[in-house]
Amino acid sequence: MNLTLKVWRQEGPDAAGRFETYQANDVKDEMSFLEMLDNVNEALIEDGREPITFDSDCREGICGTCGLMINGQAHGPQKGTATCQLHMRKFTDGETIVIEPWRAAAFPVQKDLMVDRSALDAIIEAGGYISADTGAPRDANEILVPKPAADTAMDAAACIGCGACVAACPNGAGQLFTSAKLAHLNLLPQGQAERWKRTEDMVETMELFFGSCTNYGECQEACPKEIPIDFIALMNRDYLKSKIKNRKLIGQG
Amino acid sequence: MSTITLDSKVPSGPIEERWDNHRFTMKLVNPANKRKFTVLVVGTGLAGASAAATLAELGYQVKCFTFHDSPRRAHSIAAQGGINAAKNYKNDGDSIYRLFYDTVKGGDFRARESNVYRLAQVSVNIIDQCVAQGVPFAREYGGLLDNRSFGGAQVSRTFYARGQTGQQLLLGAYQALMQQVSLGRVELHTKTELLDVVTKDGVCVGIVTRDLVSGEVRSWSGHATLLATGGYGNAFYLSTNAMNCNVTAAWRAHKKGAAFANPCYTQIHPTCIPASDEFQSKLTLMSESLRNDGRIWVPKKHDDNRAPDQIPEDERDYYLERRYPSFGNLAPRDIASRAAKVVVDEGRGVGPLKNGVYLDFSDAIGRLGQNVVFERYGNLFDMYERITDEDPMKVPMRIYPASHYTMGGLWVDYNLMTNIPGLYALGEANFSDHGANRLGASALMQGLADGYFVVPYTIGDYLAGLLGQAPVSTDDPAFAQAEQGIRDEVKRWISVGGTKSPEHYHRELGKLVWEYCGMARERNGLEKALTEIPALREEFEKNVRVLGDPDGVNQSLEKVGRVADFFELGELMCRDALMREESCGGHFRVEHQTEEGEAQRDDENFSFVGAWEYTGKGNVPNLHREPLVFEFVKPTVRSYK
Repeated sequence: MNLTLKVWRQEGPDAAGRFETYQANDVKDEMSFLEMLDNVNEALIEDGREPITFDSDCREGICGTCGLMINGQAHGPQKGTATCQLHMRKFTDGETIVIEPWRAAAFPVQKDLMVDRSALDAIIEAGGYISADTGAPRDANEILVPKPAADTAMDAAACIGCGACVAACPNGAGQLFTSAKLAHLNLLPQGQAERWKRTEDMVETMELFFGSCTNYGECQEACPKEIPIDFIALMNRDYLKSKIKNRKLIGQG
Repeated sequence: MSTITLDSKVPSGPIEERWDNHRFTMKLVNPANKRKFTVLVVGTGLAGASAAATLAELGYQVKCFTFHDSPRRAHSIAAQGGINAAKNYKNDGDSIYRLFYDTVKGGDFRARESNVYRLAQVSVNIIDQCVAQGVPFAREYGGLLDNRSFGGAQVSRTFYARGQTGQQLLLGAYQALMQQVSLGRVELHTKTELLDVVTKDGVCVGIVTRDLVSGEVRSWSGHATLLATGGYGNAFYLSTNAMNCNVTAAWRAHKKGAAFANPCYTQIHPTCIPASDEFQSKLTLMSESLRNDGRIWVPKKHDDNRAPDQIPEDERDYYLERRYPSFGNLAPRDIASRAAKVVVDEGRGVGPLKNGVYLDFSDAIGRLGQNVVFERYGNLFDMYERITDEDPMKVPMRIYPASHYTMGGLWVDYNLMTNIPGLYALGEANFSDHGANRLGASALMQGLADGYFVVPYTIGDYLAGLLGQAPVSTDDPAFAQAEQGIRDEVKRWISVGGTKSPEHYHRELGKLVWEYCGMARERNGLEKALTEIPALREEFEKNVRVLGDPDGVNQSLEKVGRVADFFELGELMCRDALMREESCGGHFRVEHQTEEGEAQRDDENFSFVGAWEYTGKGNVPNLHREPLVFEFVKPTVRSYK
């Protein structure tokens, strides 16, 4: 198939960006979206024009490095699929595809389709961990984790940190990302000691960078791991509790 | 003239006491002195992130570097199956000694016994550590940890977190690292790529990096430097490695004098989705666990163009079940891969390009029902369908082997130090634990063992001797010279002004390495490769085109240096494969096989680690041999018949 691409090009963080139009010819169904862009780049290089900068790494939908707005949708039209796992059979001959970087104030453009997502790391740094220095923790099986808790923690921990939730949100909110990490850690017995402090610190750091959640629900639609907004409800509940809980009584259940 | 001596520093005595005794005899750095030492950690995968976090917890000043935008993106994240540990929670006869034995045997008797035993010992601590961090391993209903079995073992010792074990372990190490960043004990530099290792008077004193956003080239000085920069599987271009995986850090250390060991030991994983066309950028792994219920077959007839369901049972060749009746479809990775190559080379491959074999679930569906099969493998089936548009519940999967892991790497001693004092290599970047073939679920174990439990001890022994010495200043001429070298290199690539992209040359190089140094190697082919690769390299150096500005984001510039290093490495892989006149593990020399086509080892002449010393681009490198001694596990013929 032959396609027309309108691609956002921007020299650097402070440069004015613009759309440029390219032809992608002889695109095969079996190509991934990023392989289609690889091909366009090869042609640009042959032409002596600078290739389009975009991020990608594992191309298996797990590292979270890639992410493009494709026709206004974060990661494109296929549900539960990261950009690298999207294949060209989802498009039709003659179509025009608009490709933009993640659009969010918290993710400034570095070049073309590449953005700076370090705000996500800042949220983890604020408390997205369980303190357990390397050493001699007790035997792994001494900590019983009920299967439903382990399974739900894993559902949340599946987040790949791509930032699609933020890009899809009209407010540029970071609630789905933050709540996924909080749910992972707060649901586990090992995470209880730091639960309220963690929640408070992560939520308040999130608010330094990201917009507010007004329950559009676009984030869960865009999430390549289909993480549900139920976790946002859990986070809101824990955040409220973090403000009223007497932490001296944490051992009292 | 050779300048390298390989002293493995392996302790003596009963194998189960070696690590304990060694830890006791090593020098310590007292807690108040640890903050006087700066350690540079390059790479933030399992080995790098766990080492950086642990060293910072101990009190060292850590500077940590990754070329990714976040430490969490490192390729450890893509590991699917699980992590081995000799916990014996299943009471099925597992022990540290058994894990040690399985790993030495699985590696086809080409690994160091002492290292492997230590790996098996610390495997149990890894699981404890990860659970304490909140890694959501699979659980049974009573809340205890679940285990599953994996290739090459007869016990269930693999811990897993769905099909995303690597992701969850990496996130655990990443979170521990970020905690140390928040405490100010780790200085984290993202989007920063190592381009040179700096030595002074034969000792590693630091590194030179390029900032991938601003283009700035700068020096970093430390008392010790840890390379945890992964493997070199992308030398084949098409592999299951991530797009940006490369050998540059290890290779540039090699060029500064670090020996590179066993480069021909590469693992080809049998169950990947076959390439569909020239445009393909990478291959995708389908977990080995599929072989528990899938049956592998090809048509008996050559060039059979019928749809799989039109081929009657008696015209199918279930070749693994036929050749290896006792292990059948669960034969180890190296053996299953070679068997697939044999049938495809015979012209019995399937799929539009005739480059795959069927992995068929219809028997399992008949026996267990659709629901059970989908429950076990549904997420893998979905992934397969996204890529191929075929539903494995209805049509057999097509699979073919692909480059997946590299057992070779920088030579290290028992302390994980390379032959350059102060320079360490961890995880897949070193060569030490897997011999000529790695067992499933052992890569994650080794990365975390090195980072959490080995290097934090062994580094003290080296640093204790440097007490009172400041790190060498980055104003030192050694740094200035290295920096200038990198600036010149950057300028040179931009000014070539050729016609083809770095990607183009990487793809062409990969074809040569795969053809001559892939699943089966032969003297003629390897000799050919040793003329064709340098010829292609010369063309690459004259005709590559790198556009854009060096001072800013420039992905072609990042790529071109990595491809240049792959060219030199590819040559070394072929040279090593040519030198090793035997077949062992992932290294199969066509000339050295039994009548039944099985690998034939030559313990008398090749029971050694082949470590190569760099002697300049295009020159023949020097080979150094570290003899392998087997005191506990007697080398035998691996039989899976």
